[in-house]
Amino acid sequence: MLTAASFTIPFTRYLSAQGEPVAEMPAFARDVRDLLPLYKAMVRTRIFDEKAIALQRTGRLGTFASSLGEEAVGVGVASAMRAEDVLLPSFREQSAQLWRGVSLGELLLYWGGDERGSNFKGPREDFPICIPVATHFPHAVGVALAMRLRGEKRAAVAIAGDGATSKGDFYEAINVAGIWRLPVVFVIANNQWAISVPRRAQTACETLAQKAVAAGIPGEQADGNDVIAVRDAAERALARARRGEGATLIEAVTYRLSDHTTADDARRYRSDAEVSPHWKEEPIARLRSFLAARGVWSKDDEHDLRESCRAEIERAVSEYFATAPPAPSDMFDFLFAELPAPLAQQRHALNRQGHAP
Amino acid sequence: MTELTLVEAVNRALRHAMEEDERVIILGEDVGADGGVFRATVGLLERFGPDRVRDTPLAETAIAGMSIGLAAQGFHPVAEVQFDGFMFPTLDQMINHAARLRTRTRGRLSCPMVLRAPYGGGIHAPEHHSDSVETYFAHAPGLRVVIPSSPERAYRLLLSAIRDPDPVVFLEPKRLYRAAKEEVADDGAGMPLDRCFALRQGTDATLIAWGAMTAEVLAAAQALEDEGISAEVVDVATLKPLDADTILRSVEKTGRAVIVHEAPLTGGLGGEIAARIAESALLSLLAPIRRVTGYDCVMPLPRLESSYLPSAADVVEAVREVMAFK
Repeated sequence: MLTAASFTIPFTRYLSAQGEPVAEMPAFARDVRDLLPLYKAMVRTRIFDEKAIALQRTGRLGTFASSLGEEAVGVGVASAMRAEDVLLPSFREQSAQLWRGVSLGELLLYWGGDERGSNFKGPREDFPICIPVATHFPHAVGVALAMRLRGEKRAAVAIAGDGATSKGDFYEAINVAGIWRLPVVFVIANNQWAISVPRRAQTACETLAQKAVAAGIPGEQADGNDVIAVRDAAERALARARRGEGATLIEAVTYRLSDHTTADDARRYRSDAEVSPHWKEEPIARLRSFLAARGVWSKDDEHDLRESCRAEIERAVSEYFATAPPAPSDMFDFLFAELPAPLAQQRHALNRQGHAP
Repeated sequence: MTELTLVEAVNRALRHAMEEDERVIILGEDVGADGGVFRATVGLLERFGPDRVRDTPLAETAIAGMSIGLAAQGFHPVAEVQFDGFMFPTLDQMINHAARLRTRTRGRLSCPMVLRAPYGGGIHAPEHHSDSVETYFAHAPGLRVVIPSSPERAYRLLLSAIRDPDPVVFLEPKRLYRAAKEEVADDGAGMPLDRCFALRQGTDATLIAWGAMTAEVLAAAQALEDEGISAEVVDVATLKPLDADTILRSVEKTGRAVIVHEAPLTGGLGGEIAARIAESALLSLLAPIRRVTGYDCVMPLPRLESSYLPSAADVVEAVREVMAFK
């Protein structure tokens, strides 16, 4: 029998689970001090997540999706992006959003149930988080097509979880991006669990990255707990996009150490014995070991970082608590550019009923 | 002035919009070299090139979803879905995203897109090619649903839809695509959205319809005139948001309302219009509101199609009944 086509899926890793280098570092990591912002961003995200969960448990925040254990995916991807690129995140990408300049206060507002939290003052063109799984992947294709039509050297970056690869939206998007060679990077944060359904029950594929093969675009895996690997893969994909060479699918292999959301209890479907080995691979301890071994990070540095993150987050929480709810009529006022007359009657009725916030 | 069919008027509107605004781009299945299966986009590829008239792969979710991404970036995409029955995959994108982007971001991002599709029965088409899908979209807050019923209204409403800063689902009654010609000046003038249009003045009954049913209703009004019954005809045109005021003013004048649509009865927009009349014009009514609609049946294949679709004769019969009510 002849071979009609064949493929390989590359895998990128620079740091072992113990933080030992296993390959020659990419350019951005040659000076080890340049990795400190990545480390700090991951820690900031983790402390934010801890605070958000505490707020939810005490009834002061809505349902929240922690990114515990996956901080390297968002930080790695976002740190490879330029400000003028556009991020289309799913609901577990606060690490990427924070790197892009979404504020702690905006995240708290959103997860506290206030649309104003998605009116980012920083990355004005970034999309709000997408909750219906994978439905934002076609948006990324449209954003990338807009960039192409204007002749810009920008790229769109969409991130979703492993469950997203089971959806038609995912396939339709990567397929179109392949045909038109659009400047878009699709990132799958494979955290092994779509709520209670494990990765092996999503697909018979050996890797999720190989789904790119069917769309005619490159697909590769990166160690999603190695922020250097994620950033390197994302940088290469973004460079390809800017050179006009088209789309890339990156599967960042990581692990969801948290429940799916605060509304979930993962003990119903996975045991501690299943979870605990993955604590040995998590991204923050891994990079900290590497940085400490090279003498650029100390216990004092760690203490100071955590204190300053906590203080910054407490300030944001105070501001969040002090933010009055929007006026009820806000639900009408951003529905259309100009409120149609038939809806003005409903808006008037709402105001007349005097639904106080 | 040129005489145009409805589908030719759609084509002229698309061409005019693309000439006046380079942010307007067309995408869909077979919209390029083929000019669309109904020829709505014929000649546009040659005139504007493949960047602005883009054949997509066969993927309705992607067509709607890409349009949202383009619109958020400032383009005004006009996406075509080939037939009504193939619009259902776009519901997720239109309801979950297109309709909400402005609200969700408090106006930071918006979605100035048009999703066009031929809809409805009456051309002996295959299965899944004859559905009336307006209700599904009209229920979603944040979407406009616009249906033209003449070449002139197709031209002017489509121009307004493309210029609108928010998403519009524009359903074209395929049965009327080539049913009649009308003088349409290609002058770029739009018509207001969110407005019903009185197509015929009358004093005894208000006939409310949209799409291909306006033709049946106009024919019924003509026949009723011979019986001495004066019927007013209202073309709803924008189904959502609904201009109830125009309908109510007419019903207050005539005292009788007959609502006609080819979509199934239950949950159809005729129910919404009847409710508005009952809420706000009950004491003007001289007879119960009547609905003449498709049945709560699967749209039949062509051999039974005419038995399913409301006809002018059905409308005449309904008007006679409300006129006879004591």
